Amino acid sequence: MTAEKSNLVTGNTGDWEIVLGLEVHAQVTSNSKLFSGAATTFGSEPNSQVSLVDSAMPGMLPVINEECVRQAVRTGLGLNAAINRFSVFDRKNYFYADLPQGYQISQFKQPIVGEGVITVDLPGGRSKSIGIERLHLEQDAGKSIHDQSPTKSFIDLNRSGVALMEIVSRPDMRSAEEAAAYVKKLRSILRYLGTCDGNMQEGSMRADVNVSVRKPGDELGTRCEIKNMNSIRFMQQAIEYEARRQIEIIEDGGTIDQETRLFDANKGETRSMRSKEEAHDYRYFPDPDLLPLIFSEEFVEAEKAKLPELPDAKKARFIADFGLSPYDAAILVEEQETAAFYEKVADGRDPKLAANWMITELFGNLNKAGKDLSDSPVDEEKLGGLIDLITDNTISGRIAKDVFAEMFESGKDAPTIVEEKGLRQVTDTGAIEELIDSVMASQAEKVAEYRSGKDKLFGFFVGQVMKQSQGKANPAMVNELLKKKLAG
Amino acid sequence: MSDLLSLSLTGARDALKAKKTSSAELTDAYIGAMEAGKSLNAFITETPDKARAMAKASDEKLAKGDGGAMEGLPIGIKDLFCTQGVLTTAASHILDGFKPEYESTVSQNLWNAGAVMLGKLNLDEFAMGSSNETSHYGAVENPWRRSGGDNAKLVPGGSSGGSAAAVSGRLAIAATGTDTGGSIRQPASLCGIVGIKPTYGRCSRWGVVAFASSLDQAGPLTRTVSDAALMLGAMAGHDPKDSTSADLAVPDFEAALTGDVRGMKIGIPKEYRVDGMPDEIDALWQKGAAMLKDAGAEIVDISLPHTKYALPTYYIIAPAEASSNLARYDGVRYGLRVDGDSLNEMYENTRAEGFGDEVKRRILIGTYVLSAGYYDAYYLKAQKVRALIQKDFNDAYQSVDAILTPTAPSAAFAIGENEDDPIKMYLNDVFTVPASLAGLPGISVPVGLSGEGLPLGLQVLGKAFDEETVLKVGGVLEQAAGFDALPGFLAGGK
Repeated sequence: MTAEKSNLVTGNTGDWEIVLGLEVHAQVTSNSKLFSGAATTFGSEPNSQVSLVDSAMPGMLPVINEECVRQAVRTGLGLNAAINRFSVFDRKNYFYADLPQGYQISQFKQPIVGEGVITVDLPGGRSKSIGIERLHLEQDAGKSIHDQSPTKSFIDLNRSGVALMEIVSRPDMRSAEEAAAYVKKLRSILRYLGTCDGNMQEGSMRADVNVSVRKPGDELGTRCEIKNMNSIRFMQQAIEYEARRQIEIIEDGGTIDQETRLFDANKGETRSMRSKEEAHDYRYFPDPDLLPLIFSEEFVEAEKAKLPELPDAKKARFIADFGLSPYDAAILVEEQETAAFYEKVADGRDPKLAANWMITELFGNLNKAGKDLSDSPVDEEKLGGLIDLITDNTISGRIAKDVFAEMFESGKDAPTIVEEKGLRQVTDTGAIEELIDSVMASQAEKVAEYRSGKDKLFGFFVGQVMKQSQGKANPAMVNELLKKKLAG
Repeated sequence: MSDLLSLSLTGARDALKAKKTSSAELTDAYIGAMEAGKSLNAFITETPDKARAMAKASDEKLAKGDGGAMEGLPIGIKDLFCTQGVLTTAASHILDGFKPEYESTVSQNLWNAGAVMLGKLNLDEFAMGSSNETSHYGAVENPWRRSGGDNAKLVPGGSSGGSAAAVSGRLAIAATGTDTGGSIRQPASLCGIVGIKPTYGRCSRWGVVAFASSLDQAGPLTRTVSDAALMLGAMAGHDPKDSTSADLAVPDFEAALTGDVRGMKIGIPKEYRVDGMPDEIDALWQKGAAMLKDAGAEIVDISLPHTKYALPTYYIIAPAEASSNLARYDGVRYGLRVDGDSLNEMYENTRAEGFGDEVKRRILIGTYVLSAGYYDAYYLKAQKVRALIQKDFNDAYQSVDAILTPTAPSAAFAIGENEDDPIKMYLNDVFTVPASLAGLPGISVPVGLSGEGLPLGLQVLGKAFDEETVLKVGGVLEQAAGFDALPGFLAGGK
């Protein structure tokens, strides 16, 4: 792969290329944990969702939750990945107070999902393929709370045993922007599949980012892993800081130590958490309490047949069927709910007009108001109603913007607002001619100038007429009639 | 009282059914026996009140002609099975004060069948040992003493030493045990009783404190083979809470005891004739083969070529799994906690004080063999050898129905005798470990006495989930041997 010029970072000794690989931990959407029947609801009372298995009582045994396995298979299929028909759970051994068993049940040598690929959407309608190395199932640990007492730590085991999918990418990303696009695309696919809610604030999705730098064309550099990024914005900041840090060290004649680092969002910098020497020896070995997972081809095929239309397919369809630009289509398919909203608005209407109104006006207003589509005061029907008024010339596009603002504010529908405020477009030829006559009469001098060849004044006349009509005159008709009248 | 205590499990069952005695009477006799046998140190916890209450409930059922297969029969439970509300220790300091909120599947099955709980039996700490000397609660004494001479206190074997001593000395009519590398069969042999380890997966491991998960299996220690058949039937069964539990119906094991082995082929593996094996063990083995031949079986010489690798393989796999299984005893949630200035210090203090030497040794060995750089050379290689050992048995079972071997390379030894030499101690398991690695069922049946008047057992191994053949052959051996010697200590007297 040759380095893309636009992604390079300039240092004192020339250009550098950033190489990024991500390990994303996605919490599996399921009612109960990976190996126990305990519930998984976020935000419950501490230690209220803990079974005997989750708290590692003596003699307790894990039993696989089939729903979590099915979700992992669906996710693998959604990532265009190979489903391993034989996979094994291993124990990853280490001591920590919020890891009751003293080991995490994970998958090491034989994960449930093998290689796959996803296409990420980049600015300017570009796209790029990012390789998926593997996906494996594992248990989450509990939570240590250190700020409740000066001498003690508290442990909440509600998360202990919750099912996670660790999705490992190839080191295929070359900028913070690409990494962000990858996480967004992954989140979009998982949400479409219903296998992870993708909620980064609640910790349902977290990313460990492996960062290294090299001169274009060189071998891969030594990497540092930035742990537990739970916001795309912070992740981008962390990558940019970390790449700059590494470049400075190398340019100053130093070398990069392979280590695990944490991002301090307050200071905007990464700091060392543990070095390679301090890294755990996890002593992985197959968990003797669990049998290997074995799938039939029929099972995998049946799951494949049940997959929903995924973002890439939907995007292609929006481009082909609705004539949308790749950029607009990508925005509209990012969330399944957005795409569904759009399809309702576009149904029986001009699809491009529908896309423009959603992306520019609706999203613009939602962003400003800090609202989600799900709590938008303007629903599919109301936005469609507004577009209908534009299409049948009841109002102009210009007026429609004011109407939309009013709709967003009050929640009323477009026809009501147009009626109440008398915004109906003037399409009566006589009425428009009257306006033109009045403007021409008051601007006799300009009329003369125009008639003597100063064509540019046409726009001035249009503006005057529209102003006289308080914006309500149909602009196309104004154009047409004005041209005739000025011609004399 | 000695009449009641001399009844076998099936004998007592029949007596209860025939209303010749009551569970209350039988249970009281055993509560007295536990008291009389305190010096054996077989029990860690006695539950006489619970026993009386359970006996009363059983008598009510029996009076109505109801009740399960074990109704009213007072048994002991190895203290590795979690018992709801009753101290469960695994004979370790680290589980101080631990009273589970749950009942192990196997013990629950027994209570469902009507059995009465006398208490929790001593064992090697976390079932790691072959002499019951590693218990935090002290060594268990074998009811047997050598004839003529030293009168040294002997070990009952291990790890189910409390179970074997209690059944042998008549402190319990029968007991549960667990067997990871021989922990039911070896103590049964050393105490002159019957012990069967069923096929891996026959009994649920749910609620049994784990030692080595791929090897641990529960089974009964009893006075007779038919007792073993009765009790195994009550313990066994599929359990969805244990993923390694076999989804198979439990056969009527007692019905398998037809006494008819005519035409059966019994294998004698040449590799079990190990260096330094006492002549009297070899002689007993030949005697056993002759008994089966006399009963109409055909004796076939077989080879299990990888036998000599079984012990080292076992002592890699079992500690590896143990090192991970015992990580949960960290002082955070239950049991012993010895505070420290940091989390790591608390771990170190708790585990240093909470675990005994043998447990620490195995955790260290297990941690070592799983470490980066050693995994392939030890753990992975051991798994490969384990597969070869399994294949040895599969090959052998193409031509034989069961295999006859000695159970242990020696009779009971004196307390303290092997304590300083772990390797010598590990050699006790040389005949039992191969079947454990292969997951196969095996029974130990007392067949004769050593020159010093101590019991010696023979082991019958069978195919996977063919406990019926194992019990049948064991029953014929029992019948032919007519072993009726009694230990020096016997609650209620002879």
